[in-house]
Amino acid sequence: MKTSNATWIIAKRELSAFFNSLVAYILLISFLGFTGFFTWLSGNGDVFFRKQADLKVFFMIANWTLFFFIPAVTMRLLAEEKRSGTIELLLTKNVSDRQMVLGKYLSAFLMVLIALAFTIPYYLSVSQLGNFDHGATLSGYLGLILLSSAYIGIGLFASSLTNNQIVAFLLALLLGICFQFIFGVLANGSTGWISELFNTLSLTSHFDSISRGVIDSKDVVYFLSITFLGIFLSEYIISKRK
Amino acid sequence: MNIRIENLTKSYGDQKAVDSISFEVKTGEVLGFLGPNGAGKSTTMKMITHYLNIDAGNITIDGRSVRNTDMKKHIGYLPEHNPLYEDMPVIDYLRFVAELQGVDAVKLDDRVKDMVRLCGLNDEKHKKINELSKGYRQRVGLAQAMIHDPEILILDEPTTGLDPNQIVEIRELIRTLGNSKTVILSTHILPEVEATCDRILIINKGKIVADGTAETLRKTASGSQVLRVKIQAPSQDEVKESVSQLAGVALVEKVEGSENRLEIQSHVDQNVNEAIFRLCVDKNWVLTEMVPFETKLEDIFRDLTMN
Repeated sequence: MKTSNATWIIAKRELSAFFNSLVAYILLISFLGFTGFFTWLSGNGDVFFRKQADLKVFFMIANWTLFFFIPAVTMRLLAEEKRSGTIELLLTKNVSDRQMVLGKYLSAFLMVLIALAFTIPYYLSVSQLGNFDHGATLSGYLGLILLSSAYIGIGLFASSLTNNQIVAFLLALLLGICFQFIFGVLANGSTGWISELFNTLSLTSHFDSISRGVIDSKDVVYFLSITFLGIFLSEYIISKRK
Repeated sequence: MNIRIENLTKSYGDQKAVDSISFEVKTGEVLGFLGPNGAGKSTTMKMITHYLNIDAGNITIDGRSVRNTDMKKHIGYLPEHNPLYEDMPVIDYLRFVAELQGVDAVKLDDRVKDMVRLCGLNDEKHKKINELSKGYRQRVGLAQAMIHDPEILILDEPTTGLDPNQIVEIRELIRTLGNSKTVILSTHILPEVEATCDRILIINKGKIVADGTAETLRKTASGSQVLRVKIQAPSQDEVKESVSQLAGVALVEKVEGSENRLEIQSHVDQNVNEAIFRLCVDKNWVLTEMVPFETKLEDIFRDLTMN
């Protein structure tokens, strides 16, 4: 009871800090703008061009938008606390390192959920257009949520390493690129168990199968592992001040 | 609640920031923590508040080690440089801290109001913290430290950035709180320690070099008494010579830039006031001034921390 309480109070403050600055609005508008444009208006490849009532385009674009969107959300979470010294204020209250890190994670996660909630009208309208696979779409949303969670883990870890927000942002992108691209390329360029290993680490293959509607426990475990590793490492880095 | 610190040690790499210090603070006591920059004051405070781990030794509060993280709730802490969430309005910030410290939801509003009143923040309560002057920021820092009515207050330089009026207010506040709570405060301002603290602890290079009230520190620093006297007599040289021949007088010097004034240092534990008075009566001199000269805390501090 007490444990979850401090986490929730911190998450709530963080979330209201997003909305009190322009950060939340800029990010929401750009997220909805990008995904909306490519889903509905881009002409080449949008829902009307493909003449299929599904959200495949949306899931693909959302993956890439979140790739930039989430580091922008997570960059300040721990880096700014460290820069301004407020971390000392927080951790000398009745709050443990873990509660603080979890609170930060939760705030970014809620931010992403809010962004995704705004795309529910896409879902509702496309589902009216023709033969619509609700299962595959819900699975796609689950994929986006899991993917976001993993990105937040990565971003949080990047933010714990520095007290400079820009460095945290770039570091999160760099780590993200590894998972998005580099591991995939390395998997193709090698053979045997090494190829196998990089293929498992590559985020793309896991996300693709989920966004097609195939929920495999392996993929779920993959995303959750990155999330937990990110949170765990952040907590470890923060506790090293001692 | 009583705080007991035993052989507390903390190192950064090879350097010992705090080197086996021990002391005790009791309820109703205000302890002033003095020392040059980098002496280990803040490090000690950070260990008491569990921001830093203890390398060796122990800190106990009423017999329980602060290694138990639940001891944090008994402590109110104002960190050095007073970090605050700049983008929050004062009142939201205080509510946030109160929630975090587990203040009862029913009492929360009252508690926040009390703190706003106590720290004189009423006119500023809806302003964002980054719009406040340094003095008001400091008050917000104090308010957040006291919001959950902790039994122990750890204040790292609580009066920096305040104007003289505010300093007096804050000192009075600390004195009042000190009656019922355990307070440790650090400062660079020496008169402040005398004005607010029951006891002084001087720390240098991680070690305690003095511990006691301002009075006892003075006594141990210089056991001898210094008097400043002004005697009207035909010949000042004769005065000087006669005085230096009195029993108990160790040293007589003319005070520069002022005629007829002498500074007289006595031997340890000897009182020469009476002898000087009698000398003047015998010789028919006029004694117009006799002032005991107190050793300044600044001098004691310099003696102990410069080598």
